[in-house]
Amino acid sequence: MYKYIIRRILIFIPMLLALTIIVFALAQAAPGDPFTGQILDPNIDPEVYEMRREELGLNDPIPVQYFNWLTSILSGDLGQSIYYNGRSVLDLISQRFPNTMYLGLFALAITLTISIPIGIYSARKPYSALDYGATGFGFLGLAIPNFFFGLIAIYVFSINFGWFPSQGTITSNNLTGITALIDRLHHLVLPGITLGLAGTATYMRYMRSEVLDVLGSDYIRTAKAKGMSSNSVLYKHTLRNALIPIVTLMGFEFGALVSGAVITEQVFNFPGLGTLFLQSVMNQDYPVIMSMCLLFGVFILVGNLLADIFYCIVDPRIRYD
Amino acid sequence: MQQLNAQETPSVEPIRPPEGQEPSKNKASKSPFQLAFARFRKNKLAIVGIVILVSIVLISVFADLLATHDPTKSNLLLIENGPSSEHILGTDGSGRDNFSRLLYGSRISLIVGFSAMIFTLMIGTTLGSIAGYYGGKIDSFIMRLTDLMQALPFFVLALTIISIVPEITIALFVTIIALTSWPNLTRIIRGTFLSLREQEFMLGAKAIGASDFRIIFKHFIPNAIGPITVNATLMMAQMIIFESGLSFVGMGIPQPTPTWGNMLSQAQNIRILRNHPEAWIPAGLGIFLTVLAINFIGDGLRDAFDPKSNRR
Repeated sequence: MYKYIIRRILIFIPMLLALTIIVFALAQAAPGDPFTGQILDPNIDPEVYEMRREELGLNDPIPVQYFNWLTSILSGDLGQSIYYNGRSVLDLISQRFPNTMYLGLFALAITLTISIPIGIYSARKPYSALDYGATGFGFLGLAIPNFFFGLIAIYVFSINFGWFPSQGTITSNNLTGITALIDRLHHLVLPGITLGLAGTATYMRYMRSEVLDVLGSDYIRTAKAKGMSSNSVLYKHTLRNALIPIVTLMGFEFGALVSGAVITEQVFNFPGLGTLFLQSVMNQDYPVIMSMCLLFGVFILVGNLLADIFYCIVDPRIRYD
Repeated sequence: MQQLNAQETPSVEPIRPPEGQEPSKNKASKSPFQLAFARFRKNKLAIVGIVILVSIVLISVFADLLATHDPTKSNLLLIENGPSSEHILGTDGSGRDNFSRLLYGSRISLIVGFSAMIFTLMIGTTLGSIAGYYGGKIDSFIMRLTDLMQALPFFVLALTIISIVPEITIALFVTIIALTSWPNLTRIIRGTFLSLREQEFMLGAKAIGASDFRIIFKHFIPNAIGPITVNATLMMAQMIIFESGLSFVGMGIPQPTPTWGNMLSQAQNIRILRNHPEAWIPAGLGIFLTVLAINFIGDGLRDAFDPKSNRR
């Protein structure tokens, strides 16, 4: 097992490097100077233009540029935003990061609290009314685009009923303590549900088929035969085994969560990484775009790595050659 | 055949296919395809899906006849009007007829979804076949490549590429979608091929001197046609959502081309969102129904090709 984990980590490092090469190649294809964010106006005096290019190292050979870029990233310098007049990209990202993190965690919490119990119930009582309802919900949840769902949620619950705010993260900065927390959560409800919808449908299907699978296995029959109550069979044997794939699924669904966050944040005008990314795409703010590509890529690679390691630790049945 | 029929439950339930079907060995009268088709036909949800999808295809084909107005023609005197007898669903922010745009929008969604799916299928089948058939170094190289591609959420990667290219056309758009979403299919085909590789007929084909190319095309792909068809179908649905999502954020097919995503993007304007639900809800329902229909068909195909699939 340790061998596998070490090998997995050793694969992770070249992957990370390959990711930086992809991002670097994308940035090379972009016009201007996408890394430092120095605007190069081609209409200025050609001599000055050349001098600036030389200064910024844009005339260096590509490998040299790559290594310079890599060293500056490792030292935490992600360049400056063009759109925000030279504000540091790291600053912009770290300012928006907490909002997106709260949104993602909230969505994940909704997803898990809904999908796991319903998935278990569906598997224990297949073909019950609730099982059919859950299946129907699964079809709806996977077919409705999250931005359309978000718009409907705003239309119904925010505009018509006025229950939830339709945009932003807070009402005002003046709130403190518990009221501020409630205000924040209040703002998270609609975007959280919107972001969590597709995941809920996916996890529910997975959970149902996993539990169904485990319930049919021999050790469950044995546990029942030795007289365990059905509840302890469920919690001690079934769930422990059925939850393993769900946890790994979380690692791999991370990318979907990021993609979902980009569009959900746009619908709710939510000041997170997603809206920052879209705004940068619209304004061709390449230093921000490239840094965020890299950041998302690293997140997902780490997520996959953790999922693989976790899978290997909790499920000794898996043998890697 | 009788025995087979007796074991098949009328698959009203979307979930569990009939218990362990053993194809009877002495009856060579029906091909696996015919059996799959027979099972598919009994799946009511799949038939509902076919009916919905065929209607949407018909609407997109005959949009010219059904539309009441030119979908790209602006009328600055009629901006954001509500429904009237002239404009059934009102007009958009540039005075274009929403109803006609809705009809034409189906065309773009289907074309983009279908061609992106075919393109992805081509990339995925080629790479997946090579990886699964040859295995070894080339397999691990292709697999690491898919890992890497999956490290970048494809929405983010597509948006980045879109920000670099100077102008988006439908063909370019389809290419970008296909180039960012092949890894999933590649993995599935590779996995199927890896298991086929261990089977006796592979050895047999090799023994009679069949070329690699022939084995892949004559033996492997026909054997893997089930998972390929199912995943291609489900992928088309994802492509449609993907296209509309990009158009929704204003980074997809540019205006004034009518797409459902473009129509929904109007609703980012709170005034239209609040006062003119007739302008954006139908477009969203269009996407929803199309995707739902395709998913129904995909699930029906899955059950039809592999009756044990849901029991794993």
